[in-house]
Amino acid sequence: MNQRPWSLWRAQVAAILRLEIRKTLLARRGLWIYLLAFAPAVLLWIHAGLNLRHGRVCDLGKDSLIFAAMFQFFYLRLAIFFGCVGVFMNLFRGEMLQRSLHYYLLAPVRREVLLAGKYLAGVITTSLIFGSATALALAALFVHVPRTVTEQYLLGGGGLGHVVAYIGTAVLACVGYGGVFLVMSFLFRNPIIPAALVLVWESMNPFLPSLLKKFSVIFYLQSLCPVPVPIHGDWSFLAIITEPTPAYLAVPGLLLVTAMGLVLAARKVRRLEINYGAE
Amino acid sequence: MSGHEQEIVFENVSKFYGEVLGINRVNLTIPPGITSLVGPNGSGKTTLMNLMTGLLRPSQGSIRVLGVAPDQPELLFRFVGYCTQYDSFPRGMTGYEFVHSYLRLYGRTDKESAEMAWHAIERVRLTDAAHRKIAGYSKGMRQRIKLAHAISHCPLVLVLDEPLNGLDPLVRAETIALFRALAEEGQHVIISSHILHEVDAISDQVILLSNGYVVAEGQIHGVRTEVEEHPMQILIRCPRPAQLASRIFELDTVVEARVHNDGGGLLVRTRDPERFYLLLNRLVVDGVDLESVAPADDDVHSVYEYLIGTDGGSI
Repeated sequence: MNQRPWSLWRAQVAAILRLEIRKTLLARRGLWIYLLAFAPAVLLWIHAGLNLRHGRVCDLGKDSLIFAAMFQFFYLRLAIFFGCVGVFMNLFRGEMLQRSLHYYLLAPVRREVLLAGKYLAGVITTSLIFGSATALALAALFVHVPRTVTEQYLLGGGGLGHVVAYIGTAVLACVGYGGVFLVMSFLFRNPIIPAALVLVWESMNPFLPSLLKKFSVIFYLQSLCPVPVPIHGDWSFLAIITEPTPAYLAVPGLLLVTAMGLVLAARKVRRLEINYGAE
Repeated sequence: MSGHEQEIVFENVSKFYGEVLGINRVNLTIPPGITSLVGPNGSGKTTLMNLMTGLLRPSQGSIRVLGVAPDQPELLFRFVGYCTQYDSFPRGMTGYEFVHSYLRLYGRTDKESAEMAWHAIERVRLTDAAHRKIAGYSKGMRQRIKLAHAISHCPLVLVLDEPLNGLDPLVRAETIALFRALAEEGQHVIISSHILHEVDAISDQVILLSNGYVVAEGQIHGVRTEVEEHPMQILIRCPRPAQLASRIFELDTVVEARVHNDGGGLLVRTRDPERFYLLLNRLVVDGVDLESVAPADDDVHSVYEYLIGTDGGSI
């Protein structure tokens, strides 16, 4: 085997993806993630179906504001967040509990390549689930308004850009929270503790000093959302973007935070030991 | 390869699990051939194997497997295969999928991996069940598919933790024959086992462990000779054992001579077997009739009992 490192690593990552995607995408224990992701889309489609049946016409402008709130509060802060807890915390920890992680560690694979393969599998799985759920929910908005309005919104009113931004933000949320929860899986055995800690940290974001704000995933995701949420009252702080960041800074910023998490995870995986008895 | 690069070397290796001792100050050199790790539960056999394969990291000391450190899995597992004692598998896989999928991690093509997977599955005689889910396998079949996984990439060093567990007598005999064949191909085969008589029959050398310490290592005969506090037992088959008994006490190193239960031999205990064998040569020249001479406690089981005792754990 005299493959050059990059081509070998590529082949190894592909082999890991084949093993992992099957496990994470089709796992019965991951059914709740599908429910979480597709429940709003199902509700929106039922709503659209009822409107079509009764001949009611909705206001796309108002609906897009409702969707913006749903995306920020439900998808970003709840569904994708906890979906990533479920997928990424289990990439290593789940196999440790299942006592099958050693098969990976007995292969001639650099531990960092294993980490990259598993992380990529998690990103692909969660992006597929939440990207398609977001697209499906958006599609429900357009089916019960007149076709001309939809066309005007998508092609003339920047709606297509919004669709791309929403799906892209959902994917980036998977990338960011994936990196965070992957490293957390090496630091905590119980997923509830890091989930609670990160949730509190993310919720505190509006009140943090400017520098600390940047060590958060939601800080970048909020800036990428195309439609601001018009919310007033006690919970308005969750929707206020205190330091709006343009996309050309928000995307690299989020990727940098993710990379920092992955570097820390790589250091941990390098020293990972198999001691199932202690789990 | 230099001499050291053909051996597995432990230098002053210790492993602690918090405050619990795994193994302590182990110095070992394991040459090619079949090496058995023998010791009761908790003696450190699995720890030693996990350290050798990088699943654990030593608290102190260093390990080299054919010149490669175990913390370099990308190099180590090109030539090392490990059949662990963990009886668990990734969910939902058939035997063939299991071996094939992990072979793909070597960077081989689908076709190459398929050929190697089938070859390994054939060697452990599991071809008929290869497309069945592992979840439906018997204990012996699971043991064999793990073995197929360990040998699938044709390793130079094969580490086997309790590989005979759960195998029926026929498969056990076949598996032992496979180990012998692998050792004859020049591989290192390192086996831990509780089944002493089988270990005794196949091992080129043994490593005896107790409470995390190596209490003896080397070829079984050599280890036995070093156990000085227990005189060597030699069984001499002869038609007139009483006559022979009267002659052998010429040597002050003979501790005991007992006529065998069937009356057709003499069981002798001596502190100096070399001098005793010379005496026997002289007796034969003098016309004493002897049918056969063989050590009676020159085996792993006896050595184990002398060094560790029967209360050391389940054997």
